[in-house]
Amino acid sequence: MKPSFEPDTLPTETLASGPDRRRFLKAGLAVTGAALTGSVRASPAPWMTRPGAPLSNYGQPSPHERAVIRWVAANADAPGNGVSWTPLERLEGIVTPSGLHFERHHNGVPQIDPAIHRLVVHGLVGKASSFGIDDLLRYPMISRLGFIECGGNSNAGWHQEPMQVPAGNLHGLASCSEWTGVPLATVLEECGLRPNAKWLIAEGADAAAMNVSIPLEKALDDAVLALYQNGERLRPENGYPLRLILPGWEGVTHVKWLHRLQLAEQPAMARNETAKYTELLPSGQSRQFSFVMEAKSLITRPSAGQSLPGPGLHPISGLAWSGRGTIRRVEVSTDGGRTWRDAMLDSPVLPQCFTRFRLPWHWDGAPAVLKSRATDETGYIQPERQTLIAERGRHGYFHFNAIVSWAVAVDGSISHVYA
Amino acid sequence: MSMREGGLALFIALVGAPAASAPEGPRLGQPLEPAAISALDITVFPDGTGLPPGEGTAVEGKAIYDARCAACHGPNGSGGSAEELAGGRNPLTSAEPDKTIGTYWPYASTIFDFIRRSMPLDAPRSLSDDETYALTAYLLHANGIIGERDPINASTLPKIRMPNAAGFVWAYPERQPR
Repeated sequence: MKPSFEPDTLPTETLASGPDRRRFLKAGLAVTGAALTGSVRASPAPWMTRPGAPLSNYGQPSPHERAVIRWVAANADAPGNGVSWTPLERLEGIVTPSGLHFERHHNGVPQIDPAIHRLVVHGLVGKASSFGIDDLLRYPMISRLGFIECGGNSNAGWHQEPMQVPAGNLHGLASCSEWTGVPLATVLEECGLRPNAKWLIAEGADAAAMNVSIPLEKALDDAVLALYQNGERLRPENGYPLRLILPGWEGVTHVKWLHRLQLAEQPAMARNETAKYTELLPSGQSRQFSFVMEAKSLITRPSAGQSLPGPGLHPISGLAWSGRGTIRRVEVSTDGGRTWRDAMLDSPVLPQCFTRFRLPWHWDGAPAVLKSRATDETGYIQPERQTLIAERGRHGYFHFNAIVSWAVAVDGSISHVYA
Repeated sequence: MSMREGGLALFIALVGAPAASAPEGPRLGQPLEPAAISALDITVFPDGTGLPPGEGTAVEGKAIYDARCAACHGPNGSGGSAEELAGGRNPLTSAEPDKTIGTYWPYASTIFDFIRRSMPLDAPRSLSDDETYALTAYLLHANGIIGERDPINASTLPKIRMPNAAGFVWAYPERQPR
């Protein structure tokens, strides 16, 4: 699998043009040289001896961070049908930058004019209604931090051999943002629900007209019609101008480019809730409407593909989350699961949200296997991989939430292992 | 207030949403006429609700399939850059299970619904309802579920029982239909 573009081809609008740009690059090289020798320059760094770049209308990451990008995988014949992964192993904290939030599109990113886009609510309601985006912006809003995880995240975990890719390229169909918008219950209440309304069928305005059926209890409980992501309006690839947020539920239910909500007595049995996003069990039966993403954790640093420069102190850092609520505990093992220690949890620790865990670790230079294990507020404990496979078989494809193991070799290199 | 408006207001009050915690909205929703709704509502349910007029057979569908679908889904639905749709031989309990329409999909209505809303990938919503019925018939026939001249329409499609219809258990057991 190749990235869709090489980091070197990234746009460089943030750099000054012409001679200024050349000076900038030259200065960067000089400092790299100083860093390599580990010495401290006697003279001031070049950026301390002349004015810096002018103000910008919209900030961009440092050009030195241009390798921190989503990893794109798409069908070559249909480039709008694919995914891009969040580089979890290169990020810290719990908020995913909007431009690095993972993507899953079924037929490309629509460029929607918010002046034309409308949300239609119909079916088993007292008053079928439509709402413009400007209308929705006048409704009372709430904000919440929350993860979205694709049901197919980590699905290579079902494979016979552990895949040797960076952590984000296997587990990065999960991201976390602050979502702001209108409680869905407010809009449904305004339309008036009929007593026989049991399901809410949500549909996107993309070329796939993606649709899913959602039990009405969830829609009334904590669903949000999101207009903002991390303080700014949604990015197009994440649903601009309107996205349904269903805290803790699998990503496909968070319908992007939302334009239609249909109240019904029965589920639609759409393709993505029958042929896909259902989990084939060893019995030949399949789990359907398995909405909740169960508790999960992942050590992001150090992780596969990285390497430790030598024995000594190496902080372990990672992410845990649960669709059922708040993470109560994350344990870390550095000896392949023989012994466990409680990791520290960074504040804030919020329900249905990424939780950052940390543990200082002194590596003695011997081979080691690192694992993390999350427990959520319901008492559910993240399972070992063999336990999950014994229960679900190998063809479930979705909802892989088992413990992940990283092996540290004597040379400091780190690989993905089943242990 | 006319009788009709009064009746509607009473109805809304009686069936008002149970979401007591929802903040009050400014009530900016604009009422929708039935014609506007039917133009947007493309959901097809397993019981046939939502199916439009029209009809097609597998014989008619084969030509459309070959022209519009085979490049991605392979000849006879055997799979290509897009998933396999027919011809699956390995049962769901085998080491390499085939998840085709015939072996996996629980409802025939889903075929019509998905083709109409999403396919073909390069030109969604470009097929007529008759063409969509014909493609649905073709895929059902390719999976050995109907004959090549059996007409598929709003009346016949909901009556088809798919081979794997009983193959699903709901994670919400209290909602599992009896």
